[in-house]
Amino acid sequence: MVSYICMSRIGNLCGNKEMKKTVVVGMSGGVDSSVCAYLLKEQGYDVIGVTMQIWRPENACDVSYNGGCCGLSAVDDARRVADVIGIPYYVMDFREEFQKYVIDNFTSQYVKGRTPNPCIECNRHVKWEALLQKARDIGADYLATGHYARITKLENGRYTISASKTAAKDQTYALYALTQDQLSHTLLPIGEYEKTDVRKIAEEAGLPVAHKKDSQEICFVPDGDYASFIEKEDGVVVPGPGDFVTPDGTFIAKHKGITHYTVGQRRGLGVAAGERIYVTNIDPATDRVTLGADEDLFTSVVIADDVCWMGIEGIAPDEKVRVKAKIRYNHGGETGVLESAGEGKVKVSFDKPVRAAAPGQALVYYDETGTYIYGGGTIVQ
Amino acid sequence: MIYLDNAATTQIEETAFNAMLPFLKGEYGNASAVYELARNSKRAVFNARKQCATLIGAAPNEILFTSGGTESNNWALIGAYEALSKRGDGSSVSEKADTSGNANGHIITTAIEHHAILRTAEYLESLGVSVTYLKPDSEGFINASQVIEAIREDTFLVSVMTANNEIGTIEPVCEIADAVHSVRKDILVHTDAVQAYGQICFDAFAKHVDLLSASSHKLGGPKGVGMLYVRDGIRLAPFIRGGMQESGRRAGTENVAGIAGFGAAAEVSFAGIDAKIGRETELRDRLLAKICDITGVIINGPYEKGDFSKRLPGNISVCIKGIEGETALIMLDREGICASSGSACTSGAREPSHVLKAIGRADDEAKGSLRFTLSHHNTEEEVDRAAAVLSEIVSKLRARNRF
Repeated sequence: MVSYICMSRIGNLCGNKEMKKTVVVGMSGGVDSSVCAYLLKEQGYDVIGVTMQIWRPENACDVSYNGGCCGLSAVDDARRVADVIGIPYYVMDFREEFQKYVIDNFTSQYVKGRTPNPCIECNRHVKWEALLQKARDIGADYLATGHYARITKLENGRYTISASKTAAKDQTYALYALTQDQLSHTLLPIGEYEKTDVRKIAEEAGLPVAHKKDSQEICFVPDGDYASFIEKEDGVVVPGPGDFVTPDGTFIAKHKGITHYTVGQRRGLGVAAGERIYVTNIDPATDRVTLGADEDLFTSVVIADDVCWMGIEGIAPDEKVRVKAKIRYNHGGETGVLESAGEGKVKVSFDKPVRAAAPGQALVYYDETGTYIYGGGTIVQ
Repeated sequence: MIYLDNAATTQIEETAFNAMLPFLKGEYGNASAVYELARNSKRAVFNARKQCATLIGAAPNEILFTSGGTESNNWALIGAYEALSKRGDGSSVSEKADTSGNANGHIITTAIEHHAILRTAEYLESLGVSVTYLKPDSEGFINASQVIEAIREDTFLVSVMTANNEIGTIEPVCEIADAVHSVRKDILVHTDAVQAYGQICFDAFAKHVDLLSASSHKLGGPKGVGMLYVRDGIRLAPFIRGGMQESGRRAGTENVAGIAGFGAAAEVSFAGIDAKIGRETELRDRLLAKICDITGVIINGPYEKGDFSKRLPGNISVCIKGIEGETALIMLDREGICASSGSACTSGAREPSHVLKAIGRADDEAKGSLRFTLSHHNTEEEVDRAAAVLSEIVSKLRARNRF
């Protein structure tokens, strides 16, 4: 156990009461955020555990202890971990913010034929706006989470998110929208470890979640059925059935409505074809879903709006920057050239075409080695 | 630690604790059995029944022990509905209904009841019962004429709380009960007295209401035990079915230790009620005056020209502008001060409470709500420190949020 503690970056706060900084750790009940809280406590911080309450009341008969990162069992687990570590623990209510910034955005994007990434919105608006604000209100200096990512101060004086020690668990992608101020008040101790290290620390510290499974699906749609989730949301006008068409516009069959599809999807189309066919485009204006071959999914240029800058302050109108960019969470990244596309947009021209860039997902660009985030935006085409 | 959340639960009284001890050790007999060991348990339960009855001027056999206030409230509403719907001959009301009114009957209650009443009323609605939720005035009062006006031909139950758990308003329950009975004798009047039982003088309640719920842990007794007063002769269907305990009306082996503790706590609080009220009132007014020195404080509940006599003696409920109650509570906790933002049962939720909404607080105001509920065990020093800490917290939060 001791060897892991010595590996940590910030290890000299113990015993010095004057220096003792307060940190709020966002605890999901999972192993990563639990170990995050444990490590910071060991490093001498005054740690406060917080679980964000984001779920809405369900039918009492349906309340179950299923997974999901922030359900009822999450609170139980996080509370037990806080007890073991010996830190105060609170549940804070962020249902309003979560509904507004994450769920409403999720449904409205889907209805527009886009494929949103709710984790990005949750990080940006719920964790690093609402929760960080609350943390500072109660006197904390930092917010910490269990993300596999690191914060680095670059030579240009800017903070950026950099890849974690373990490439396999990289969680930098969904953090691209954090501001410099937010980053300067954030601690990400888990970025210094491999997943196996984290489980080992949890085990050695006797944390009751050491062997808990990682959460996979979007937390508020645990069964992965986005279309039915959207249909159940209040006040959402769900687009009705439309046409499947070929790339040249020829009618193929009727489809269930555009919320059932995402660019790059092959399964569940209900269309029999000789070769493998994929959703290559969704047009919310006509409710048309284009089906095409695998090669139709490849594109060399991806344009994004709603751009955030992190490791660099921005780019000049005629500037070209070599980058490595990712077009979705689990994308390995592809090198290319970043430049302005006017009207606050940016474009990346990839060296090799990328497959299935879906509008609504984030385009996140790093330095050419893929280590530091330069910035990111929302893919428009 | 400074404990200012006595509406959530109370510190157990020494007498109540001591009264429980024999039944947690040697005196373990099942009160329903025939031998000597059992008779001791039986005696303890009867003794407690008497102690609890005295507080409201009831007869011992009118007190039925339950697992707590929530069960009592569920039982009162559901039991009244089922007694009515079965009508003793197995046929349902709907089969007998005439064309007027709702076949499943009508209940009158208020918009500021505890969730144990509101959720149960909603459940009955789902079974077809109509429910009227009376709106209180800006201080939380429901008046008798409102209740009378709401009575319909099919009304079978009126349930109005004795005192509100969040804002401390003491409702004119006896007056309401008398008014209802003067119009219609067959309408049952229930009151949720969980917050008031043992806190205010109401030794004549049993003369007015038909059903009354109370809980042990709100007056210095143990958790997990409560009672329902059921006036002699009132028809009420059983809620927990099984053995013949509690005259066959509430099954389950008696929680003898809990019941003995409840009885002792009731007796202590009955004996010292005037002194207790006096002390709590004194402390409350001291703390309230200091809290009101903070700018932007709105008092929730009754306050007429500084006269707080119509609210629970230990209750302070305020909305403080420019802060969030949830945040302030955490900061108070970090200073060792226990308070609440509303009722303990809804804490953790930032949604404005239904009570504050009902008395007309805007969402923004209601978010800054804080409740301090004192007991006679508190001291001047505690109250002064709480006020000073709160004032500092409010300044900090306002400075941060540029209020």
